Amino acid sequence: MEPVKGKAWIFPDDVNTDVIFPGRYMKVTDAEETPKYLFETVYPDFRDKAKPGDVIVAGKYFGCGSSREQAATAIRYFGIGCVVASSFARIFYRNAINLGLPIAIVPGITEHVKEGDEIEVDLVRGKLTNHTTGKELSFEPLPEFILDLIGQGGLIPATRKKLGID
Amino acid sequence: MAMTLAEKILAKKAGKDQVKAGEIVQAKVDVAMSHENGRMVKKSFEKIGVERVWDPEKIVIIFDHRVPAESERTAAGQKELREFVKTQGISNFYDINVGVCHQVLVEEGFSRPGILLVGTDSHTTTAGALGAFATGVGATEMAAVWATGELWLRVPETLKIVVTGKLPDGVYSKDIVLKVIGSIGADGADYKAMEYSGEAISSLSVASRLVISNLSMEAGAKTAFVIPDAVTEAFVKPRAKGAYEMLAPDPDATYLEEHTFDVSDLEPQLACPHQVDNVKSISEIAGKKIDQAVIGSCTNGRLEDLQEVARILKGKKANSGVRLLVVPASWRIYREALKDGTIETLVDAGAVIVNAGCGPCLGAHQGCLAPGEVAVSSTNRNFQGRMGSAESFVYLASPATVAASALEGKLADPRKYLEA
Repeated sequence: MEPVKGKAWIFPDDVNTDVIFPGRYMKVTDAEETPKYLFETVYPDFRDKAKPGDVIVAGKYFGCGSSREQAATAIRYFGIGCVVASSFARIFYRNAINLGLPIAIVPGITEHVKEGDEIEVDLVRGKLTNHTTGKELSFEPLPEFILDLIGQGGLIPATRKKLGID
Repeated sequence: MAMTLAEKILAKKAGKDQVKAGEIVQAKVDVAMSHENGRMVKKSFEKIGVERVWDPEKIVIIFDHRVPAESERTAAGQKELREFVKTQGISNFYDINVGVCHQVLVEEGFSRPGILLVGTDSHTTTAGALGAFATGVGATEMAAVWATGELWLRVPETLKIVVTGKLPDGVYSKDIVLKVIGSIGADGADYKAMEYSGEAISSLSVASRLVISNLSMEAGAKTAFVIPDAVTEAFVKPRAKGAYEMLAPDPDATYLEEHTFDVSDLEPQLACPHQVDNVKSISEIAGKKIDQAVIGSCTNGRLEDLQEVARILKGKKANSGVRLLVVPASWRIYREALKDGTIETLVDAGAVIVNAGCGPCLGAHQGCLAPGEVAVSSTNRNFQGRMGSAESFVYLASPATVAASALEGKLADPRKYLEA
């Protein structure tokens, strides 16, 4: 898997799935349409400012709350290159992996990255470089099974392969 | 090697003698539940490209989030799923007049000890109250389950929660679990299993135990067990759809943490805006003015909840400044509450009875909040914007606390209404 390089957008601790993708849009089930409502209630200008390839950098427990997959889908289909957080809530973490959205757990990350910094994340080697400050951080890479799932583009391509469809 | 209940069930389902926390296993699923979001699962399932689901008997579809449909779009999605279950031969299908998925799984005998139950809803943990390894999953992974019957799972570490003492009158399992979440935090059990035991837990009815496992999700729990006992078996035996096994943790199993709570002097608890772990006692916040009071949902909409509320409201009227909404957790409960006169008492007190479903809990319809409004609710989430406006405020409490608050038009202690 190639390293991801992009501009950082900073989010606080405990960003829940209602903040990422409001419950009132749960009936929106077309993956391509989900980015229209990304962060709408609390960060309505994010969609205008951020670009595909950018990196979301968050504090602890990103994606807590409901199991709504649209939270991860909307981030993935917006084109965010990677979500780096101090920690993730379980269901969001699983959804991201199963959708092939690159994620990295880097404890204390928001102390080392400011909004707008150019950062590079190497998931396989467990290395995060902040090109704006020149700082380099190491983190524990995700288990190989999980990196492999993300690398395959998520559970759908992986299941197709397993069932011999592809 | 000694195993926790989570390890025991996942070892069985992965076909291994033993597994330990941290391991990733491929596990066989016994029950795979979806609600209206089954439509998203169907889309991913079609992308996988298999014709038929792996086992139509093990898939359950229950409509509850928007029942009856509140929009053309929802109506179209429900229509699509009704056709899909017919085509696939999924007979475990429950339409708009049955109830909230987590309660229906329990009533219909799908939730049972020792099984692996997954659902595309975070509060799937509810079934852990009957000893199932029950956990919420996303739509894509559910599609892989529909295709293969299996799922990758990381074997979780377990928190052992021991609750001792005797609950005072006017204090309920909702107050216990709010106390626990307030103490360990909203991520206190993230990606972990919880095992509840102790005399204050084993003396609870099944309905009250379900509250514990339902709300434990708000501490991040992957699954939350009440260790199965005679009460569990008496409930499960007559209704079980399929095999079950009364598994229990080994006495010397390894736990990540152990927490003990004595509830003998516990006061009614409330989760304050906008986090479920922002928990205070009623004495700290009584008197806060409210606009809406919601009683019900998959957390606290069972017969014993409605009866307790009726005890408080009997012969009285809700405050004229408060909209009182009641959402039975299922039609079975709704019917029982009609027969025993509970519903009549509630309606006489001014309650609006909403169809059994998710209703106002997620702010989709049937009682949204305007900017600046305050609700007290017996549901399970109080996130910003959860029940409507991002500028509204939600307090979570037991049904009795909600009922007392509805009478006074402000957050109120239920205990004074329950004195004999």
